[in-house]
Amino acid sequence: MVGVVPRRIFGSLKSARFPGGAVYRILTKETLATDIVRFWIDAPHIARKRKPGQFVIVRLNETGERIPLTIADADLRCGAIALVVQGVGKTTRTLNALAAGDSILDVVGPLGRPTRIEPGVRVCCIGGGIGAAVAYPIAAGVKAKGGRVSAVLGARTKALVILEPEIKAVADRYIVTTDDGSYGMHGLVTQGLQQFLAEGVEFDEVIAIGPLPMMRAVCELTRPIGLPTTVSLNPIMVDGTGMCGGCRVTVGGESKFVCVDGPEFDGHLVDFSELAARLTAYREQEAEASAQCRSLSAAPIGG
Amino acid sequence: MAKKIGQKTKTPMPCLEAAERRRMFSEVATGYTEDDAVREADRCIECKNRPCIAGCPVEIDIPTFITQIARRDFEGAFHTLFDKNVLPAICGRVCPQEDQCERKCTLGVKFDPVAIGRLERFIADYAAARNWKVETPAPAPTGHKVAVVGSGPAGLTVAADLARLGHDVTIFEALHKPGGVLMYGIPEFRLPKSIVEREIAALQNLGVEIRPNHVIGRTFTIDELFSELGFEAVFVGTGAGLPYFPDIPGVNLIGVYSANEYLTRSNLMKAYKFPETDTPIVRGRRVAVIGGGNTAMDSVRTALRLGAEHAYLVYRRSRNEMPARAEEIEHAEEEGIEIELLAAPVAILGDDRKRVRAMRCIRMALGEPDASGRRRPVEIPGSEFEREVDLVVFAVGQGANPLIRQTTPDLKMNKRGYIDADEGTGATYKHGVFAGGDIVTGGATVISAMGAGRRAARAIDAFLQNPLPDGM
Ligand SMILES: Cc1cc2nc3c(=O)[nH]c(=O)nc-3n(C[C@H](O)[C@H](O)[C@H](O)COP(=O)(O)OP(=O)(O)OC[C@H]3O[C@@H](n4cnc5c(N)ncnc54)[C@H](O)[C@@H]3O)c2cc1C
Ligand SMILES: Cc1cc2nc3c(=O)[nH]c(=O)nc-3n(C[C@H](O)[C@H](O)[C@H](O)COP(=O)(O)OP(=O)(O)OC[C@H]3O[C@@H](n4cnc5c(N)ncnc54)[C@H](O)[C@@H]3O)c2cc1C
Ligand code: SF4
Ligand code: SF4
Ligand code: FES
Repeated sequence: MVGVVPRRIFGSLKSARFPGGAVYRILTKETLATDIVRFWIDAPHIARKRKPGQFVIVRLNETGERIPLTIADADLRCGAIALVVQGVGKTTRTLNALAAGDSILDVVGPLGRPTRIEPGVRVCCIGGGIGAAVAYPIAAGVKAKGGRVSAVLGARTKALVILEPEIKAVADRYIVTTDDGSYGMHGLVTQGLQQFLAEGVEFDEVIAIGPLPMMRAVCELTRPIGLPTTVSLNPIMVDGTGMCGGCRVTVGGESKFVCVDGPEFDGHLVDFSELAARLTAYREQEAEASAQCRSLSAAPIGG
Repeated sequence: MAKKIGQKTKTPMPCLEAAERRRMFSEVATGYTEDDAVREADRCIECKNRPCIAGCPVEIDIPTFITQIARRDFEGAFHTLFDKNVLPAICGRVCPQEDQCERKCTLGVKFDPVAIGRLERFIADYAAARNWKVETPAPAPTGHKVAVVGSGPAGLTVAADLARLGHDVTIFEALHKPGGVLMYGIPEFRLPKSIVEREIAALQNLGVEIRPNHVIGRTFTIDELFSELGFEAVFVGTGAGLPYFPDIPGVNLIGVYSANEYLTRSNLMKAYKFPETDTPIVRGRRVAVIGGGNTAMDSVRTALRLGAEHAYLVYRRSRNEMPARAEEIEHAEEEGIEIELLAAPVAILGDDRKRVRAMRCIRMALGEPDASGRRRPVEIPGSEFEREVDLVVFAVGQGANPLIRQTTPDLKMNKRGYIDADEGTGATYKHGVFAGGDIVTGGATVISAMGAGRRAARAIDAFLQNPLPDGM
C-alpha cells in the first residue's frame, strides 16, 4: 500500500477553492427513512484511517456551523466514508437536501478515540434511532475481531428503522423494537435487551447508542446486574480537537472532553442530566436558524 | 549619533471613538496616515549600533526601513520588512513592542521610543493597498519535503523560510482555516481576519502548500508523515490550545465558556453575525471574564460588542501584575469594561435550567512573591460576595493539547506536557522532528513563536543537507 496510497491521496485533493485543500464530494445519496439519509463521501485519507467509534466534523459552506457526524462505514477501494444523517436542524437538513455530485466544504477526521474492542468479546449493541448508524460500525468491528454480536435496533415506528440489513449481516442475533409496535417487538430497546437476558444470552459488555433518555434507561437496567455498559455521547462540539472545551461532560465526577477523551464512556459514570441540560444551550438560536430553512424541510428529499 | 532628537513623544495612533467602537467589531486603531508615518519615522536618530534590532526576534532591519519611510521610499521599506518578516501587518498590530524592539530603542531612555510597530503596520497596509508583491525569483527546488504541523505564527514562519530556500513545504492544519490564534483567538477589532488571510496568501505565493482539516495524531500520525507521505523533516507548531477550567462548582453550567470556545465561536465561526452565519453563541447581558491577560481582555471586549450591559473583568491580583498589554487595558477601560481587581470566583451558581445566574467571588490580598516573581494572591477570609451574571468566560491559562503526545510516544515532553525542544534549533529528541512556539514554551507571544520558527527553519535546512541520525 505504501507508495500507492499517498499518491492517490495527494493526487485527489486538489481544489480551486483553497489551494491545497480537498474536495469532499458526495458520491451517492440514499434515503433510509423519513428525514434520514445515507451519504457516501469521497475522503480517501479518512476512509483509510477510521476505526469504529470515530467521527468527522463537517462544515457545509462558508457561513456553516461545524457539526460532528459518526463515520458509519468506510470503503477502502473507493476511498469513501459513509455518513448517516438525521435532519433535525438547519445544518443537518441543509446537508440532507444536497445531492450526489455536490460537495461539502470541510470534512475533518477521523476524530475521537476508536471503540476498544477485545478479540472474541460478546457484545450487545443497542442502537436507538439514528444511534443505529453509530452502533453498526461497532458491531461490524466486533464481528471482524471474532466476537459475538447481539443487536437491538429501536425506532419510534417502522418507517424509521434503519440499517437492518447491515446489522443482520454482522449480528448473531438481533431484535427490532418499535415504540408503536408497527414492526418487530412492541416496546423500547430496553425490552429487547431484557428479552436477550431472559433467554440467557451472555454478554461481556453492552454498548448503547441513541437519544440520552434511552442510554440512561439502558444504564439503569444494567447497573444493578453489574453489566459493563458503554455509551457514546453527543454533546455540542466546535473544533473536535480538544481546543475549546465546549464538549465537556462529567464522567465519574471528572470533567472530560468528549471529542478527545471519548466519545465513548462508561455509562454508569456519566452525568446524563448535566449533558441533557447542556444540549439545550442554544435552543432559541436553533429554532431561529431552523425557521430560516423551513423551506428546505418542506422540499422532497430525493434519492 | 547621526541625528538630532526632534519630537519627544510618539505620534498618536488614530483610533475610533470609544463610544462608537464599543458595540462593533471594526478595528479600533485605524492606522497612521502617510504624514503621520513620515513624522514618526523622522524621530529615529539612526543609531550606529542599532540596538532596536536585538529586540526583534525575527531580526527586522528596523533602522533601515524607518529611514526609508522618512525618505518616503515606502516600496523600499516594504522590501526591507518583508525580507525578514512575512507577517508584518500582523506583528505591527499585536506584537508587544513595548517589551520587544521598542524597549531597546535609544530614544526610549529619555522619551517615547520610536513607534516601530505602528510604522511596520503602516508599511504593510500601504503595500497591501497597492497590491505590492515581493517578486523574489523562485529558488531552485531542492527536492526536500518538509511537513509543518499547525499554521499559527510559528508554523507559518518556518514554512516561509524553508520555501524561500527551495524546499517543498506542506502545512497541516486541524481547523478549516489557517492562522492559529491569529484566526480563531484574536478578535476582528484588534486584528481583522482579512489581514490574516492576506498575509497567508502572500505565503502561499512563496509556494507553501496548506492543507486544512488535517489533525495530526488522527488523520496522520507524525510517524506516518515520514513513512507514508515521504516527508524528511517535521516541524510541530501546534500551540497551547488546551483550555483550563478552575476546580470550582458550576463550571459545566450553560453559559460557562473557556475563552477559546467563546473567541472561536465569535472569530473563527463568526457567531457575532448569527443568524447570518449558523454558529450560535450565548450573548450575555451581564458577563464576567476571569483572568488578566490578552485573552481575558479580548474576551471581555468581545462580550461588550455582543451586547453586554455589564462586562466585568475579574482578576485575582492587582493592576500592576496584569499580563495584558497596557494599551489594551486602556482601550478596554475607555470602552466601559468594569475591572474587578483582587477577586476570584469560588463558585458559579445556576438556575433550575442549569443556566448561569450568578457568581460567588472572594476578595484577595497580595502576599509574598511567587515563582513568577509576582506577588501571590491570598484569600481574605469572610470576604465572599455574589454578583449577578449570566455568562462566565474563563481565560485562566491553557496547556498542551495531548493529541500528538498520545500518538508519538518517542517525542519527549517536559513536566508540564510541552514538547522538550532545544531553544536554539527546535530539535526534539525524535530524529527529524523539530518544534517551536507555544507547544514548547507554553502560552507566549506571536513574535516569540515566529522567532522560534525562524531558528528551527535554519536548523531544518541544515538537517536536510546532513540528516545524520545524531546530527542534531
Ligand atoms: C460524536 C457525535 C456523533 C454524532 N453522529 C451523528 C450521526 O451519525 N448522525 C446524525 O444525524 N447525528 C449525529 N450527531 C448529532 C449531530 O451532530 C447533531 O444532530 C447536529 O449537530 C445538529 O445540527 P443542526 O444544525 O442540524 O441542528 P440544531 O439546530 O443544532 O439542533 C436541532 C435539534 O437537535 C438537537 N441537537 C443539537 N445538537 C445535538 C447533538 N450533538 N446531539 C443530539 N441532538 C442535538 C438540538 O437540541 C435541537 O433540538 C452526532 C453528535 C456527536 C457529538
Ligand atoms: C485570545 C488571545 C490573544 C492573544 N493576543 C496576543 C497579542 O496581542 N500579542 C501577542 O504577541 N500574542 C498574543 N497571544 C498569544 C499568541 O497568539 C500565541 O503565543 C501564538 O499564536 C502562538 O503561536 P503558535 O504558532 O505556537 O501556535 P498557535 O497560534 O496556537 O497555532 C497552532 C495551530 O496548530 C493547530 N493544531 C493544533 N494541534 C494540531 C494537530 N494535532 N494537527 C494539526 N494542527 C494542529 C491549531 O489548530 C492552530 O491553528 C494571544 C493569544 C490568545 C489566545
Ligand atoms: S516584528 Fe515585532 S518585535 Fe520585530 S520589529 Fe516588528 S513589532 Fe518589533
Ligand atoms: S534604537 Fe530607536 S532611534 Fe535608534 S535606530 Fe533603532 S529605532 Fe532608531
Ligand atoms: S469540541 Fe472543542 S474541545 Fe471538544
